[in-house]
Formats: sequence, structure tokens, C-alpha cells
Amino acid sequence: MSVLEVVVLLLVAAGGTAVVLTRDPLDQAIVASFYGLLLGLAFLVLQSPDVALSQITVGAVALPLMILLALAKVRRNEAERDRPAAREAGADQAEERP
Amino acid sequence: MSPAVRRRVFLVAAAGLGALLLWGLSGLPPFGVYLGPYGDVLNAVAVGERHATNVVAAVTFDYRGVDTMGEEYILFAAVIGTAILLRAQRDEEEQRDPSEAVEGRSAPPTSNAVRVLGLALLGPIVVFGVYVVTHGHLTPGGGFQGGVVLATGALLVFLSGEYVTLLRVRPEVLIDAAEAAGAAGYVAVGLAGMLAGGAFLDNFLPLGHAGTLVSAGTLPLINLAVGLEVAAGFVLLLTEFLEQTLVIRRREAP
Repeated sequence: MSVLEVVVLLLVAAGGTAVVLTRDPLDQAIVASFYGLLLGLAFLVLQSPDVALSQITVGAVALPLMILLALAKVRRNEAERDRPAAREAGADQAEERP
Repeated sequence: MSPAVRRRVFLVAAAGLGALLLWGLSGLPPFGVYLGPYGDVLNAVAVGERHATNVVAAVTFDYRGVDTMGEEYILFAAVIGTAILLRAQRDEEEQRDPSEAVEGRSAPPTSNAVRVLGLALLGPIVVFGVYVVTHGHLTPGGGFQGGVVLATGALLVFLSGEYVTLLRVRPEVLIDAAEAAGAAGYVAVGLAGMLAGGAFLDNFLPLGHAGTLVSAGTLPLINLAVGLEVAAGFVLLLTEFLEQTLVIRRREAP
């Protein structure tokens, strides 16, 4: 194992740990994106450029993007659900309001 | 089950898992040593047999083309499933107040720096995506990677605050059709191989001169189909999600 491979594998280990230790999903999406980039680098160092390219596009772009979009949607839904409930405190049909 | 018992059961299971993993790892060949004959054989014969300088592409789209077709349809099914879920919700919202549905489709304000950078990157990104898709049989890359790069172009348009433009250049019907055409194209190439007298996904086209853009028979065609499917799939996902969040964001604005 060359020095470069050891360094890049250690970076991947550190990146993976950072993803786990990040608790807020929004921050986690960004850290996971950076981790995807590190993993792509590792594949490149291990001489598989095809896999590296897939890893970068999917791990560093597509996956974090889908997480962000899903988070945006979930948070909007929650905001929407909370608002009428607060405004119409005590009303029975709070959930059915748009 | 009390927490103490649960922890003890977990520790036993974790120790067992760890032991099995170590046992398995100790039987692996050393780091960087390749023992299987398959890769060496393919490295030796692929360029001569298929005229594809990227042996990985020759494996994924030709020798093991059926596997890759399955992978393409995994993505296809995932995109369709997500789109169906999101569209059902969108229809509900539009039924509730159709009058507001159109006017609110404006993008949030964007800084000029992001706008300029996004639009300046758009051209190079699209060209790069097309390059990665069309050169899949020559250099690392191919339909999957290039398709995602192409879809990033749509993301850049959105980030530049041109969401309305994005809706205009992305007629829903066209994207749906591109998604379907890409998925069907792979199977069509496979069936054409049968019509030409070979097996499913037989490489029946002339192989051309190795290393040139039009070579390796069916590989570039399959790459184009996959690129179309992946790009359309991601654009579809992106816009379905954005439509959802923007419709709701508009409602918060007033």
C-alpha cells in the first residue's frame, strides 16, 4: 500500500466519522457531499476512474441534492401543519385546513 | 425487555458479527492483489473483440449488458415511484385553491454572484455532460455519469433563480417522453440484436476503428439511451420536488 493510498483511506475514515457525528440533517447533507468527494478521490487513487466518476456525480451531487430537496419538502409540510393549528388554536378541524 | 438485558443481547450479537467479519477479512487476498482470471482475460481480449478502449464500458454495456439494464430499470422505477407520490400531492393542492397555483411559481430572490456563476457554468456543464455520455466507450464515464452531469445543468438554472425559465425549457411531456425513450432505447438495442440473428444485447453493429467516436458497435447507442434516461430522470425528480416546495413557499410569503 503506497503512502497516497494510506492517506486517502484515512481521509475517508475521517470523513465517514464526520458524517456520523453530524447530527443536524441539513449539515449532514453537506458533510455527506464532502465525504462523497473523498470517496471519489479514493477510487481515483485505487485506479478505478469509472467508479470515481460515478461516485462523484452520485455521492457528491445527486444524493445530497435529494436529501436537501426532501428536507425542504418535509420542513414546508411541518411549517404548514403548525401554522393553522396555532392560528385556530382549539378548533377541531385544524388538520383539514389548507 | 429491560435495557440491561437488551444491551447484553446486543453485545453478544455485535461480538459475533465482529468475529465473523474478521474471519472473513483474514481470508481475503492481500491489498491490491487480483486473483480472478476474468478481469485479466477481458483486459487482454476486449479491445480486440469489441474495439472499445474503455474495457469497463465493454463489460457493463456488452459482456454483462443485461446486468446494467437491470440497474437502469432500478433507477427508472425509483424515479417513477417518487414522481407518482409527489404528483398525487400536487394534484390535491391544486384542487384546493387553483387560483393561486399559477401566480406563486416565482423563484426566491437570488444574489447576482450566484446568478452569474450559475449561468456561466451552465454551458460548460452541458458540454461536459454530452462529452462524458458520448465518450463512454473510449474513456472513463458513460451514460450514468454523464446523465447526472447533464441534469446538474437544470439544477444550475434553478440556482440562478431562473425557475420560471426552467419550467419553460422543461415541458413535462417532453421530459416524461425522454425518460421513457431512454429506458426503452436500451431494450430496443437488445431486441435489435435478436432481430439481427444473435442473442439479446448482441453487439451486431459494425465495430469501426478502435479509439474513434463512432466505434464499438452498440456501446455508444446504449450509452446515449442510458444518458437520456438518467438525465431526464434526475430533471424530473428535481422539478417535482421544486414544484412541491415552491408551491408551499409561495403560501408562506403573503
